[in-house]
Amino acid sequence: MIQLILFSIFAGLAVLGGIMVIAHRNPIYSALFLILTLFALAGEYVLLLAHFIAVVHVAVYAGAIMVLFLFVIMLLNIRTETQAPGAFRYMIYIAIPLAVLLFLELGYLAFQGFSEVTVKANTFGTVESLGNALFSTYVLPFEITSILLLVAMLGALYLSKRKLSEVKE
Amino acid sequence: MDPTLLNIIIILIKIAVVLLAIVATIMVLILGERRISGFIQDRLGPNRVGPGGIFQPIADGLKFFLKEDIIPSHVEKALYLLAPAAILTPALMTFAVIPFGDQFSTYLFGHMETIKFQIADLNVGILYIFAIASLGVYGIVIGGWASNNKYSLMGGLRSSSQMISYEIPMGLAIVSILVMTGSLRLQDVVYDQYAIWNVFRQPLAFIIFLVASFAETNRLPFDLPEAEQELVGGYHTEYSSMKFASFFIAEYANLITSSALIVTLFFGGWHVPFGILEALNVSVVWEQILQILAFAIKTGIMLFVYLWVRWTLPRFRYDQLMNLGWKALLPLGLLNIVLTAIGVAIFQ
Amino acid sequence: MQGIPISYFLILGAVLFSLGVIGVVTRRNAIIIFMSVELMLNAVNLTFIAFSNYLGNIEGQMFVFLVMVVAAAEVAVGLAIIVAIYRLRETVHVDEIRLLKW
Repeated sequence: MIQLILFSIFAGLAVLGGIMVIAHRNPIYSALFLILTLFALAGEYVLLLAHFIAVVHVAVYAGAIMVLFLFVIMLLNIRTETQAPGAFRYMIYIAIPLAVLLFLELGYLAFQGFSEVTVKANTFGTVESLGNALFSTYVLPFEITSILLLVAMLGALYLSKRKLSEVKE
Repeated sequence: MDPTLLNIIIILIKIAVVLLAIVATIMVLILGERRISGFIQDRLGPNRVGPGGIFQPIADGLKFFLKEDIIPSHVEKALYLLAPAAILTPALMTFAVIPFGDQFSTYLFGHMETIKFQIADLNVGILYIFAIASLGVYGIVIGGWASNNKYSLMGGLRSSSQMISYEIPMGLAIVSILVMTGSLRLQDVVYDQYAIWNVFRQPLAFIIFLVASFAETNRLPFDLPEAEQELVGGYHTEYSSMKFASFFIAEYANLITSSALIVTLFFGGWHVPFGILEALNVSVVWEQILQILAFAIKTGIMLFVYLWVRWTLPRFRYDQLMNLGWKALLPLGLLNIVLTAIGVAIFQ
Repeated sequence: MQGIPISYFLILGAVLFSLGVIGVVTRRNAIIIFMSVELMLNAVNLTFIAFSNYLGNIEGQMFVFLVMVVAAAEVAVGLAIIVAIYRLRETVHVDEIRLLKW
């Protein structure tokens, strides 16, 4: 029972945060509401007994990625977004029905065969089991992601460095 | 008595005791910082309130409390009010997983209870600290942005880039310890240091961690987010009264937590050094008390080091800070992990 | 103690994913579009972990791990691109950055 209450609280916070991310005119508030959603999702992960993923999720998303977002928003000093000129503003009338349709599809699938299954108690959310799998069966994807990170780092460095050299010329 | 209820009561008592201890330490720190800075600068420091000035923290607190609470008209009000809470919460939350003593078993109301001197014994304790400590930056960033003031904004920007940069060497230093301990539980890290402290086995990691924690707590020589001579007051320029005081308290709370963390990771946690405990041969209760005392004394010494460094070293320039983080500490951290891994592979 | 049905988590994931889709399609600000993409990635992560629990298999959590790495890489490069565009065009609105060449 208490788990269901916790689930409802976290789910409510996540959906509220999600709505505010896409609805708020000010990017800073959007970023802060996204942080709220991420925290609520970390709570859901704990309810699904994925403790390690929950903590890493907070450390990576809330601790690093969102700080980067806030940094860029503040650096560029982007203020409130204005109404789009031209046809762009009518996009929302197409987007919402399509998104609702998408949601109905996904929701229909979710109820096909999963409505009776509840969260099972297991122990594989721990660091040991995840580490064992990561460094044995999945060592190749792991190495590839590390190369991806390296490439991303070089790309980000190059993109921000190039302008400086142009200014100097 | 119901065991679940009993557990909840024990946890609540532990939280209350830890919070009280932190608040008391903050008061000592406020006095200590002023008296020690006086000593280092060859002057007296505050000595008028009470005998030898020991009631100075109370006077300071009263002054903060009685000042007019001003909300400037140009601020983003909701976020401006959120920021002091956002900085104080993570600062106090981090202490939850730090073990300040061993555990013992006793009969309470007819149940055998194991009482741990730790609020929450998580199996991902170090990662928890890492995750929560990285949230401390939001208070500064939000406060800096919501103040709608260029100095505050600069403070917030500096803080966010500084925190992200120094989290990496800090994490690498922790990884090399984890490689040796083989567990993320902080209590296991402490047990592992029974024979020899990590500071002797991992001197490089200790130096990296110490430097990075100075940057993470925004203390001199890395207090660029609030550099008085450049940024007026940095991110808390527009704050007054108790809101300013909560930034102040959060800084000290962070200081206490990172001192306790350094003691736990590198100085043997609650282990009593030099075999004193074995030599004294005391009863279990005294053993527990001595261990907690040892933890408190070690943390106190670390806190003194923080104050000492603050009044000894001048502030770094911003580019020097970034160069140190990315070009010195990061490669050293990676080197240390490689060396540790080789050492563990050879000796174990 | 009664557990939570897996389908609840899947529904929550579906809601967040749909919200992310709306955000990507309707917002002009490139940074908010990025945040909506993050929202969608997190909805997928939640679904992964729910199925990982349902199947009693750790592979779901492994994928979440990899998704996080990819998200971090994506944000680093994406924000660098946004900053570069802002320096050149002084806007982050996607409807004003339609030209691929100028």
